[in-house]
Amino acid sequence: MTTDARGTDRSMTDAGEADRPTAKARGGDRVTTDAREADRLTADPVDDLVIGGEKFSSRLIMGTGGAPSLEILDQALAASGTELTTVAMRRLDPSARGSVLDVLRRRGIKVLPNTAGCFTAGEAVLTARLAREALETDWVKLEVIADERTLLPDPIETFDAAERLVADGFTVLPYIGDDPVLARRLEQAGCAAVMPLGAPIGSGLGIRNPHNIELIVEFASVPVILDAGIGTASDAALAMELGCDAVLLATAVTRAQRPDLMAQAMRSAVCAGRFARMAGRIPRRRYAEASSPSIDRPPTVHR
Amino acid sequence: MNVTINGAAHELPSGATVAQAVRRLTEVRNGVAVAVNDEVVSRGAWDSTALAEADRVEVLTAVQGG
Repeated sequence: MTTDARGTDRSMTDAGEADRPTAKARGGDRVTTDAREADRLTADPVDDLVIGGEKFSSRLIMGTGGAPSLEILDQALAASGTELTTVAMRRLDPSARGSVLDVLRRRGIKVLPNTAGCFTAGEAVLTARLAREALETDWVKLEVIADERTLLPDPIETFDAAERLVADGFTVLPYIGDDPVLARRLEQAGCAAVMPLGAPIGSGLGIRNPHNIELIVEFASVPVILDAGIGTASDAALAMELGCDAVLLATAVTRAQRPDLMAQAMRSAVCAGRFARMAGRIPRRRYAEASSPSIDRPPTVHR
Repeated sequence: MNVTINGAAHELPSGATVAQAVRRLTEVRNGVAVAVNDEVVSRGAWDSTALAEADRVEVLTAVQGG
């Protein structure tokens, strides 16, 4: 049985093969069926998400792309309860009104610059350095895409950039495909987390390869953050049930008909999935298993 | 002296600094980063870094994304 840095049992994966009646995840005994306790548990310091030595009580990381206005974004971020949120680096527009940075600062949300739009390691490294200069953070969501049509991450360029950024003192969170081997190699290269996709960016297709996500979780000792592809709340809950440490999403909230309500849904789903993971799900069975006692039934009269 | 700032041609006095180039776009310094010919120029060096003919200046800030 493998155990990660926070003591969470990582081999407790799909219960189809894991026929374990009791949860061994740390904190599992703290889970209560009392729904009123859920909010308190959400902020339970025992269950903090720790990335690069920094603690977060929310396991929902938000993106800011796609919101129709800063006001709507602000409401959605508040409803999501997020403590870490991505921004992109772009040419300064002198005519722009208001700034996403002001929104994040007001809400006390840590900013996570990304390298979205970069196609090469060199572009990504320069963008990360510009972000560090502008935002005074050495955290970066490393994103190097291969083409405009799929926006899928380029593993070669991503790995190259990750090595250079780690050497330059960055806390690197790379966006990758659902490749367990690449995830492991990036962890060995010193990345602070790995962020496999569920499906292509903005597709809302959910988690296309849950088995690979489970494998990534099983082998990782840095946080695994499911990034991209989330369409609705059940996708986020599934990511957490599979053992991911956090979920990063933007479009599913910002382009929902009611972004603030979807943000609340995602917040609840991430908590629900986390609790379910810690609780340890029952094994899947082909046939029924009675939940009522089979003995001491009264005599049955067959007619 | 002709330089490019965020892709647009600008004429600056000879020996103009990075700070002068940034002021063509904004008076704000916080949340802004500058690269000259793909090399980052830290905020503290804007006033002392002189530009040269045909330099490419990129002035970036954070926007919604990701």
